[in-house]
Amino acid sequence: MLANQIGYYSLILGLLFSFLLCTIAIQDFNKVNKKLNANIIILTFLQLTFVIVSFFSLILSFINSDFSNETVFNNSHTTKPLFYKISGTWGNHEGSLLLWLLVLTLFIFLFLLKSNSQPKKYRILTLLFQQIIIIGFFLFVLTTSNPFNYLFPIPKEGLGLNPILQDPALAIHPPILYLGYVGASIIFSASLAAVAQNYISKEWAQHIKKWVLISWIFLSLGIMLGSIWAYYELGWGGFWFWDPVENVSLMPWLSLTALLHCIAVLERRATLTSWVVVLSITTFTLSMCGTFLVRSGLLNSVHTFANDPARGIFILIFLFVLIILSLGVFFIFHKDNNGNQNNFFWLSRETSILINNWFMMYFLSVVLIGTVYPIFLDVISSEKISVGPPFYHKLIAPFLIPFLLFMALGPRLKWIKSKIEKKYSIFIIFIISIILTFFIIKNLTTNILFYTLLLSVAFFLFFTTLKELLTKKLNNSSQTIAHFGFSLLILSILFNGILSSEVITNMKIGEKFKFGKEEIFFKKIEERRESNFNSIVAFFEIKDLEGNVVELEPEIRVYNQPLMVTSEADIKTTLLEDKFIVMNLVKGNEYFNVRYQSKPFMVWIWISVFLLGLGGTIALFKTRI
Amino acid sequence: MKKNITILITGVVLSFCFIILYKGLNNPNTYVPKTSIKKDIPIFNAVDFFSRKTVSSDEIFKDNTYYIVNIWASWCVPCRVEHPLLMQLNENHSIKLIGLNYRDSFNNAKKFIDEFGNPYSRILIDKDGTLGVEFGAFGVPETFLIDRNKKIIKKFIGPIDQEAVNKIKLMIK
Repeated sequence: MLANQIGYYSLILGLLFSFLLCTIAIQDFNKVNKKLNANIIILTFLQLTFVIVSFFSLILSFINSDFSNETVFNNSHTTKPLFYKISGTWGNHEGSLLLWLLVLTLFIFLFLLKSNSQPKKYRILTLLFQQIIIIGFFLFVLTTSNPFNYLFPIPKEGLGLNPILQDPALAIHPPILYLGYVGASIIFSASLAAVAQNYISKEWAQHIKKWVLISWIFLSLGIMLGSIWAYYELGWGGFWFWDPVENVSLMPWLSLTALLHCIAVLERRATLTSWVVVLSITTFTLSMCGTFLVRSGLLNSVHTFANDPARGIFILIFLFVLIILSLGVFFIFHKDNNGNQNNFFWLSRETSILINNWFMMYFLSVVLIGTVYPIFLDVISSEKISVGPPFYHKLIAPFLIPFLLFMALGPRLKWIKSKIEKKYSIFIIFIISIILTFFIIKNLTTNILFYTLLLSVAFFLFFTTLKELLTKKLNNSSQTIAHFGFSLLILSILFNGILSSEVITNMKIGEKFKFGKEEIFFKKIEERRESNFNSIVAFFEIKDLEGNVVELEPEIRVYNQPLMVTSEADIKTTLLEDKFIVMNLVKGNEYFNVRYQSKPFMVWIWISVFLLGLGGTIALFKTRI
Repeated sequence: MKKNITILITGVVLSFCFIILYKGLNNPNTYVPKTSIKKDIPIFNAVDFFSRKTVSSDEIFKDNTYYIVNIWASWCVPCRVEHPLLMQLNENHSIKLIGLNYRDSFNNAKKFIDEFGNPYSRILIDKDGTLGVEFGAFGVPETFLIDRNKKIIKKFIGPIDQEAVNKIKLMIK
């Protein structure tokens, strides 16, 4: 009860601090002194503190199961394990917005702390732009999604957290993803400030690079966590479904990746300034767009918490205000030092980066169209269509071939101007890749030409980066590791796609089923009770030709709060393949519907994303913080 | 000149997007199963709230009339909100209300009924909540409309409002 009050008033105080900060910042802007008014940093710290207090009081209400708080009532239950009581805090609309605010205020505070060497006016403008976003979110939270609504009479019990969200990977997925999403806000504010001050330069690139990296690392990991969760919790046996909700997290990632590469060019050549600014704006806009689409109920998914139109309209208007503001700043202040771009020599590292950026923009547009086209069509003609994986595969996969090729060659070219030297080694690697691919593909009856090309370039990137890692001094290790990770990602996705096999059948206890070289044996079932669910555990044995036995124990859970039946897959992971089994009840029958899949190289998909993140982290520590 | 054209195009595209998204918001696609996909009511046995006798689903839905199955609990706040509307629905003679008392204690539920009135022609006990699952419920309260052919033709997630009541009245005409 008390925590509720404290949380609510802290939020209001936090909002007031925004206005105070803006006033002081504007006054300080025209003062001659070179240093930033020290009060500003103190005030941002206080604002952050209030948001933290508010956030913790919500956590406290969740821990204490204080059902006089509406958010707690709607999303928690006394029998939930403590871990899920806490993660329930951000597993709902109101709490997740509070998390947005927390990250927004945290980042601006850290930014001010770490940007002492930057010009004062630029820092103040960044603060002002960031405060506009913060004020928008404060108003959004306070007017439409207050996490501290009071309920009377106080219910004895809460409604519970959606069972499929009761999962460790998903408990940390939102905070990680938000660090990436909201981290893009500081890039957005800073690049707008830099445009307004005509400060897009090599120095600025060096300074902003670490923020881009932080955001990129967290976004990559956040997407991966969501994907891991979908893999074992949704029970469909895939890791990426081109679901609109996944797409809206992939889009900012694509534009952020392009931005990262543009910054690398800007750092050395003071060019591609328009790219940098537009991509900074795009990244944050796409993050906001994602929030809008997911939270407004335009897309139906596990992330849609409430279909309150007032919320949707608020975010929509706020989103467009930000877009218009940023484009306005861009069109008015941006002076393109054009001509510079045309100076690119055709064979240079920046040219290859530019080419691949265009490819990334193409991928981005494919995903964007696939995501919003159904919505637009629905509104215009009320025709409902859904865009499935084949659309994305057809449009993206062929263009991965040149993309991967440039990724492999680019880093081996020099900045500004490179010569075609006699680099036999690269040529040899290319030949090896083709031969290797040919031998692998030969035994598979698939689209041979296409897969040979795609696999060859993927292997080519794999071997060139591997050679680099093994032989060269580690001066560009971050880039090499990240590119190596990416080649591994593509390779494991391809092999996973080609070699996966699956069977769906109805089985009863004691039955055996032959599947290829393996035999599935349904041993027995067992009932178990937990505080938040009851479950039926089945015991399966998978035996292969050599007699190796793998035991799998999938579950059917009946959660009590709220009532819901979920199927928990059981997965045995080895370096070479995952064995995945999931079952469903068949109504009024002794049979269970069993789905068994063997998925090669699954674990390498996660490992390669970790490598991507590792590359980013190394780059982060190498930049002067 | 080139810049002006860029600004103009951006402006047009943005306003287009805004209008479409705004319109999209106004017809939010809240999930209501299509009426064309009619689901059979589940076959089950349940314990009657007052008589404590076990009754089968055939017995419960034996009359040739429309039924409403309402999942409720005394601890559920939104249930209190929708309760007067259920009382109002009960006045309609071409419909029978079945209450599914969800994970509740008898005394609390009894108190609730005594205080707010009993709109149900029959109340079933769903102590462990499995009956709700049979119906495909997500939580409390939830309301199902069942037609004369014993098919679920409409499902309301969350408390029903006046609009839902009007819709039900229209459908049973």
